[in-house]
Amino acid sequence: MKYALLFCSPVGDEEQSPAEHAADPRFAAYFEEVRAGRVTGGARLRPAADATTVRVRGDEVLLSDGPFAETKEYIAGLAFIDVADLDEAIAVAARHPCAFDGGSVEVRPVWE
Amino acid sequence: MNATDKVEAAVAAAFREEWGQVVATLIRVTGDWDLAEECAQDAFAQALDRWRRDGVPRRPGAWLTTTARNRALDVLRRQAVGAAKLREAAVLARDEGPYDPEYDGDDSGVQDDRLRLIFTCCHPALPIEARVALTLRTLAGLTTPEIARAFLVPEATMAQRLVRAKRKIRNAGIPYRVPPAHLLPERTTGVLGVLYLLFNEGYAASSGADLVRTDLCAEAIRLARLLARLMPDEPEALGLLALLLLHDARRHTRVDDAGDLVTLEDQDRAAWDRAEIDEGAALLETTLRRGRPGPYQIQAAIAACHTTAATADDTDWADIAALYGELTRFVPSAVVRLNRAVAVGMSEGPDAGLALVGELEQEGDLADYHLLPATRADLLRRSGRTSEAAAAYERALELVENDAERRFLEKRLAECRSA
Repeated sequence: MKYALLFCSPVGDEEQSPAEHAADPRFAAYFEEVRAGRVTGGARLRPAADATTVRVRGDEVLLSDGPFAETKEYIAGLAFIDVADLDEAIAVAARHPCAFDGGSVEVRPVWE
Repeated sequence: MNATDKVEAAVAAAFREEWGQVVATLIRVTGDWDLAEECAQDAFAQALDRWRRDGVPRRPGAWLTTTARNRALDVLRRQAVGAAKLREAAVLARDEGPYDPEYDGDDSGVQDDRLRLIFTCCHPALPIEARVALTLRTLAGLTTPEIARAFLVPEATMAQRLVRAKRKIRNAGIPYRVPPAHLLPERTTGVLGVLYLLFNEGYAASSGADLVRTDLCAEAIRLARLLARLMPDEPEALGLLALLLLHDARRHTRVDDAGDLVTLEDQDRAAWDRAEIDEGAALLETTLRRGRPGPYQIQAAIAACHTTAATADDTDWADIAALYGELTRFVPSAVVRLNRAVAVGMSEGPDAGLALVGELEQEGDLADYHLLPATRADLLRRSGRTSEAAAAYERALELVENDAERRFLEKRLAECRSA
């Protein structure tokens, strides 16, 4: 089954650079032990402060600064995985560093 | 009993014994929960006619499963041509046994369909109310209106809850299987938790007026019995069954005819269900002998201390205090420590108990819990400090929500004031 993992981080946490990520042993473990054969795509996203939200109302394209909703968490990245079932998806999510330290990972089945 | 009655009795008995098995197998074969329920119902309906004509089969469960399965295959065959072909192939393949990518040759996962069903119904990705409802519907065979009545919600709400749960199982890819060894301990704890919650729903209902709710206790015991049989290597499954039996033995003496709470001390011990106590105590002994204690076994041991004491004064409170101490190793909660404080107060004297209550008050986790001041009040009352006890009862009354408990605390408060 295909799932999207949405990596949610608390707003206000300091952004780690890609180099800092690479040096974090939990990320290293996730990349080495968990991703292979399961992750089919994904991306890390720039912070919510860099977001632009688009709405079309009538003929007008409305833009606003920041993410679409005020929340305590923002989506810091996402991955697509292809695994046997929800239990395996949960196991992958539970190894992602984002699931620790106040963050969370939302597991959403892909509509196929 | 005439022949018709005999067949009806046989079908009713088969329903209680075999419903879960038939549904569980059909889910495995078809992968479709609604179809499985429909075909199971259909098989039981057919049984009434066919068993009247041909006699009750030697193995009713096998007859019902085969009949339901044939019906399911018919339905699948009649569905849209292209899709049906694929589906049918899948059905036949799946019937050979499910493909389990994580199967590692470890046979800790007993391959009984009912066990698959119960682990799937109790999957932690489902909301807790849905786990309970789904277990009652698919495994125990209660109807949706029955479950709705038992949980005091409108039938439409319960129907919706079941529909959503089944949809999530399908769409989110919740696997239909006994979890592999590395997930088994935590998932087993989850299943035991659902059964205990189910029992407590019925236990809390307590008043004789609401029989449907108290029937939940019987259903929980039936399911715990099944689980203990299906997981013979899991001491906690047996521990839970023992605990439920020992609680259930005292259930009807917990409230008097006016609906007021009767404390353990004042319950009519002669009215306790002796057979349940004996069975619970024997099961507990069997499971404790394996030397793998857990929270349900310890709670059952505590319940056994109470139920096997001939009088309230014979209760071995030192033993109970030690067991609560042991329980805090598994369940490090403030509520367990409060229970331990009661037991210590009863065995070593009120002051020893009050010291432990004082610690909990300092920590503040139970600040809004009425039983914290109620426990202080009771210990003060027992040591004769009635005016201090009255103040603590007043505090407990500010926090209590349940009417029966409120009346009990008010009665105690009045006693302390007039002492």
